[in-house]
Amino acid sequence: MKVLVPVKRVIDYNVKVRVKADGSGVDLANVKMSMNPFDEIAVEEAIRLKEAGKAEEVVAVSIGVKQAQETLRTALAMGADRAILVVAADDVHTDIEPLAVAKILAKIVEEEQPGLVLAGKQAIDNDMNATGQMLSALLGWSQGTFASELGVEGDHAVVTREVDGGLQTIKVKMPAIITVDLRLNEPRYASLPNIMKAKKKPLDEKTAADYGVDVTPRLAIVKTAEPEARAAGEIVPDVDTLVAKLKEKGVV
Amino acid sequence: MYDNTRPDRYFTEEHQAFRQSLRAFVEAEIIPNVEAWETAGRLPRDLYRKAGALGVLGVLYPEDLGGSEGDFFMQVVVGEELSRCGAGGVCASLGSHSIGIPPVVKHGSAALRDTFARPVIAGEKIAALAITEPGGGSDVAALRTTAVRDGDSYVVNGEKTFITSGMQADVITVAVRTDPAARGAAGISFLLVEGDTRGLTRTELTKMGWWASDTAHLAFNDCRVPASHLIGVEGEGFKAAMMNFNDERLFLAVQAYSMAQACYDEALAWAQQRRAFGQTLAGHQVIRHKLVDMAARIDAARTLTYDVIWRRMQKLDPLNVHIARTSMAKVTATDAMKFCADEAVQILGGMGFMRGTVSERVYREVKVMTIGGGTDEVMRNLAASQLGI
Ligand SMILES: Cc1cc2nc3c(=O)[nH]c(=O)nc-3n(C[C@H](O)[C@H](O)[C@H](O)COP(=O)(O)OP(=O)(O)OC[C@H]3O[C@@H](n4cnc5c(N)ncnc54)[C@H](O)[C@@H]3O)c2cc1C
Ligand SMILES: Cc1cc2nc3c(=O)[nH]c(=O)nc-3n(C[C@H](O)[C@H](O)[C@H](O)COP(=O)(O)OP(=O)(O)OC[C@H]3O[C@@H](n4cnc5c(N)ncnc54)[C@H](O)[C@@H]3O)c2cc1C
Repeated sequence: MKVLVPVKRVIDYNVKVRVKADGSGVDLANVKMSMNPFDEIAVEEAIRLKEAGKAEEVVAVSIGVKQAQETLRTALAMGADRAILVVAADDVHTDIEPLAVAKILAKIVEEEQPGLVLAGKQAIDNDMNATGQMLSALLGWSQGTFASELGVEGDHAVVTREVDGGLQTIKVKMPAIITVDLRLNEPRYASLPNIMKAKKKPLDEKTAADYGVDVTPRLAIVKTAEPEARAAGEIVPDVDTLVAKLKEKGVV
Repeated sequence: MYDNTRPDRYFTEEHQAFRQSLRAFVEAEIIPNVEAWETAGRLPRDLYRKAGALGVLGVLYPEDLGGSEGDFFMQVVVGEELSRCGAGGVCASLGSHSIGIPPVVKHGSAALRDTFARPVIAGEKIAALAITEPGGGSDVAALRTTAVRDGDSYVVNGEKTFITSGMQADVITVAVRTDPAARGAAGISFLLVEGDTRGLTRTELTKMGWWASDTAHLAFNDCRVPASHLIGVEGEGFKAAMMNFNDERLFLAVQAYSMAQACYDEALAWAQQRRAFGQTLAGHQVIRHKLVDMAARIDAARTLTYDVIWRRMQKLDPLNVHIARTSMAKVTATDAMKFCADEAVQILGGMGFMRGTVSERVYREVKVMTIGGGTDEVMRNLAASQLGI
């Protein structure tokens, strides 16, 4: 079985995000970018399936700007076998919307015929939580979202999902799309020998046009704003004062 | 300071990818355990194995021995990132292979490389280098430990001291006098001695700093070592030792400015958050200026070290110039560390005197850096002679 893992290049989770002065989005120029953390978990899971003898090949795909090849190198350094880069934008500030990404992925799935697509449940940049579901709809494949456990048995996958009420276990027929949640695994550190080997692994470069997909945005961003700054706190001398203050504000 | 995690003229994408892995590794596997290891006086063997699996121990070694054949800047990444734990003892013992194994890899027989270098690179065995003797460290040519050939063996007698990883080491590269008649640099050879050799007694030494590193006094009493454990050619040990020292000093420079950086990071965070006399400490001009002086010295030491390494990789200078600049880089970097540890403790106030802060620990690690691997004075002597002063 082949496993396809889409990975997105996003602003690093350690970076303090700044909104652009004109409110059109966040500033990404000269900012550290990394692989979306949920996608790292997906890559890790795919590699574990391969190590367990349940998959033969792991293919990573990224759709976006050319610099996303760094993200793909990370996936290769973790242990993916090869990578496909689909260049769909020139400006690092251009975000390709989930539907366009899903359409391109659907074409790649047609070509590659994977038994499983393992994706992050969402990307931490704009938290859409949509690509996996859209891909499933486009392909007519089964889906298991928010996976915190995954077992592959024959032509079925057993997925434990993190839902509002707790955990739900479902069985889906393969081929399937699984989107992964935070607790599925802890991604490995890329070792130096694997980082060096990754340089020599194949990375195919394509464009959105190669797949005949129009990536023109359909959504308009009206405004991006900083969260309101929290007002400074107040230190009170003792519990009595605290209770008095709370009463005064009408919260108790 | 500039962001050293981005590619530039020294570091490629691969360097920075490894830096990212290593940073996460240090944060998850090392920092939470530093206090426990400092108390235990040694590192757990499991850490060597984990570091081996990550490729930390094999950066500069050939692929056929399990290494990665990375360049010197990859080793800089290792030095900088390991130092973020703020405990020089961790760097010293986890890094003792980098002084113990190069003679084996560069000059050793195929059998020695395979039997001893390979498991060290994998983190299964621990390596040490034993040159210094109770009678003298700086004057290497005066060493007195002897190895006398007897049939298929050498019989080793003498003492070594201050040996990093000396208690735990399985593989010890020992500088010995194989020709007792020869004086000075002639007649010195490297011999590989296994840790469990009969007649070898190891005694643990307690120290001002570097607690997580086990440091030993080694006494060799009629130790029989197979003659096949001779590393390289008999009598050519001194030259090999000098080049080994040179590379050790380059990476001690990296460790020194990185420890200075760890102090700076702690002092800056403290100064920006702690308030006195109506504003943050960093708001007081005296403290702001201290922080800038620290940053400037770190930057200068780091820039010099990068340049020495870069020019060496480009083969731009004759050896004497490289050796002189390496010596100067070590002194510049340990000066920066001395200055920054002192100022960081000062900025932390009473807290800087308390166990548990990075600055307190690094302050106790300044002296080993200005002594070990070649003292300040010896570095200046060497630079002067190499520059023809
Ligand atoms: C924690 C620690 C770990 C160490 N690990 C190792 C190890 O793994 N392997 C190993 O072989 N060694 C190790 N050493 C030893 C270290 O390399 C020596 O301490 C160092 O080389 C100095 O030698 P010494 O201590 O004998 O001092 P000495 O050589 O006795 O020097 C004493 C003082 O005299 C000065 N001096 C000496 N000669 C001159 C001169 N010509 N001109 C002016 N001043 C001079 C020195 O600068 C110094 O200030 C370690 C030391 C320490 C503290
Ligand atoms: C071992 C030990 C024993 C002690 N024993 C006692 C004791 O018995 N009783 C007791 O009450 N205290 C005791 N102390 C506390 C000691 O008096 C304080 O540590 C000292 O007054 C400094 O205060 P601080 O640690 O809060 O540092 P801070 O006041 O936070 O100062 C931190 C740094 O900022 C600098 N700084 C502060 N204000 C300014 C300014 N306006 N301009 C420029 N720089 C400034 C300081 O010089 C220092 O470098 C002890 C401390 C130690 C380490």
